[in-house]
Amino acid sequence: MISFLNQHGSELIIKTWEQIYISAFAIILGIIVAVPLGILLTRYDKTAKYVMSISGMLQTIPSLALLALMIPIFGIGKVPAIVALFIYSLLPILRNTYIGMKKVNANLIDAARGLGMTTMQSIFKVEIPMSMPIIMSGIRLSTVYVISWSTLASYIGAGGLGDFIFNGLNLYNPSLIIGGTIPVTILAILADYLLGIFEKKVTPKTKRSEV
Amino acid sequence: MQSAKEIISFQNVAKNYRGGNDAVEDINITVNKGEFVCLIGTSGSGKTTTMRMINRMIEPSRGKIIFKGKNLKTFDPVRLRRTIGYVIQNNGLMPHMTIKDNITLVPKLLKWQQDKMDRKAKELIKLADLPESYLDRYPAELSGGQQQRIGVVRALAADQDIILMDEPFGALDPITRDDLQELVKHLQEELGKTIIFVTHDMDEALKLATHIVIMDSGHVIQDDTPDNILQHPGNDFVKELLGEERLLQAQQNTLSVSDIMSKNPAKITLGQSLAEAIREMSYRHVDTLLVTDDNNKLKGFIDLETINDRYSKYSNVSDIYQANRFKVKTTSYLRDTSERILKQGYKYVPVIDNDNNLIGIVTRASLVNIIYDAIWGKEELDNPDNIKLPDTIAKESDNA
Repeated sequence: MISFLNQHGSELIIKTWEQIYISAFAIILGIIVAVPLGILLTRYDKTAKYVMSISGMLQTIPSLALLALMIPIFGIGKVPAIVALFIYSLLPILRNTYIGMKKVNANLIDAARGLGMTTMQSIFKVEIPMSMPIIMSGIRLSTVYVISWSTLASYIGAGGLGDFIFNGLNLYNPSLIIGGTIPVTILAILADYLLGIFEKKVTPKTKRSEV
Repeated sequence: MQSAKEIISFQNVAKNYRGGNDAVEDINITVNKGEFVCLIGTSGSGKTTTMRMINRMIEPSRGKIIFKGKNLKTFDPVRLRRTIGYVIQNNGLMPHMTIKDNITLVPKLLKWQQDKMDRKAKELIKLADLPESYLDRYPAELSGGQQQRIGVVRALAADQDIILMDEPFGALDPITRDDLQELVKHLQEELGKTIIFVTHDMDEALKLATHIVIMDSGHVIQDDTPDNILQHPGNDFVKELLGEERLLQAQQNTLSVSDIMSKNPAKITLGQSLAEAIREMSYRHVDTLLVTDDNNKLKGFIDLETINDRYSKYSNVSDIYQANRFKVKTTSYLRDTSERILKQGYKYVPVIDNDNNLIGIVTRASLVNIIYDAIWGKEELDNPDNIKLPDTIAKESDNA
């Protein structure tokens, strides 16, 4: 292992950074698009059904195929990888945001409106805080998916830890495969853990003191 | 003068949903300042729809609503709602806000100064009869009744003078409900708030309301004071909603003496002899006779004990009769009479007309029948005026 680190140490850091960079970019884009879209969809139930099934369909495209499909449009490199992963991240975030918002107690929304909140005030002061745990679990799920799938992005020249894995496959070098896989796993677990802490922070308290 | 007090007035208001039946139709209700109006009906009667039109949560399809002298449509819905208190069944407290934040939710929307909000929160928690330390708690840390107390006082945080309540106490246990009913009654009576209260509980409506609007299938069936509704239920639906028991109780409250008196009291005239009196008592199985003069004017009574004591010395009724301590006129309410009989121990009360003519008698036995009916029901309920008492009643007075 030490010899592996000696040999590939600097490369490992660069590839890990690429991996983080690609995944984070895709996830942040996904959040920026899917959360507001999910909230918007709760106001348009009919449209919501179509949008949900379309994004569900996108999810079923094999990830490798989706990456390959990006090449004619965006060429090779990081951009098509980010776009493809972004598409993947959409559904869990979109669906959880939509469900989370829908599951907010109708009584509370009625009370918010009846007390004189505007729609925006009701969304920001009541509905989003109340649905935060569900929205966050969608984001965490997407993040873990995207981090592990972004290894495939190396196939279309986006770099990342996938490079180790594919090189290992081509050269039949298991230490390269393992050396690529372990950091990906660690990255996914770490991201999930950090998001878990973040989730606790943004989830509003409903009791005075929590353990 | 009337219009100065008028605060909300529905004028031929209707609401229909696309493709569906009319939710409500022909609603004409006037609410005066300081009233406690209960909208009551079965589910689907349109009572909640009607209430929600007041703060524009629902817009009428036809007709108009005059609010404080102006068409409700000229008010901005959001700003309007901040001036009308709103209490819903499951308290509608925000679980992620402290009690204080919940109470000052509307003031915050109105951008009050922080210290003014703090003062208001303290004032209202006191009104809710809860300790100030609760202000820092979250709703989940309070009992259901305490939560709804907060829900009620929250509706006053911005000094709203009208409060809408949608079955606010439906989910509470009876004791807690009583407490909260006291609280809202206090708001109306002491603080002069106008309250519009939706309920399906007739006891609640009769207890709280100054004005009850009974609704069924989107129409107003009857709109009157609780007393008038009890005395003159508009139709069978209202009667059913009130229930037999309440009607009987109400009837007992408003029955006049003449409705239940026996018209054939055991009596004797002044000029008759004691021997005749005893014969009459024996014949009627009573121990007391009412004494009248020849013109049927009530003079007093004569009882067996007195006759027994003095039979050897006297021979005429006029010698030993006693004056009545208590008598009632035919038009008196039964409730006053029955209290005297039951609580002060009178065995009977003679009934007279305006000219002191003896008309009848109310005995303990007559009251037993009324109470019997109230408890076990009465077969010929449809015609409560026609209560007939058995002939034996006058005779049974000696049992008391």
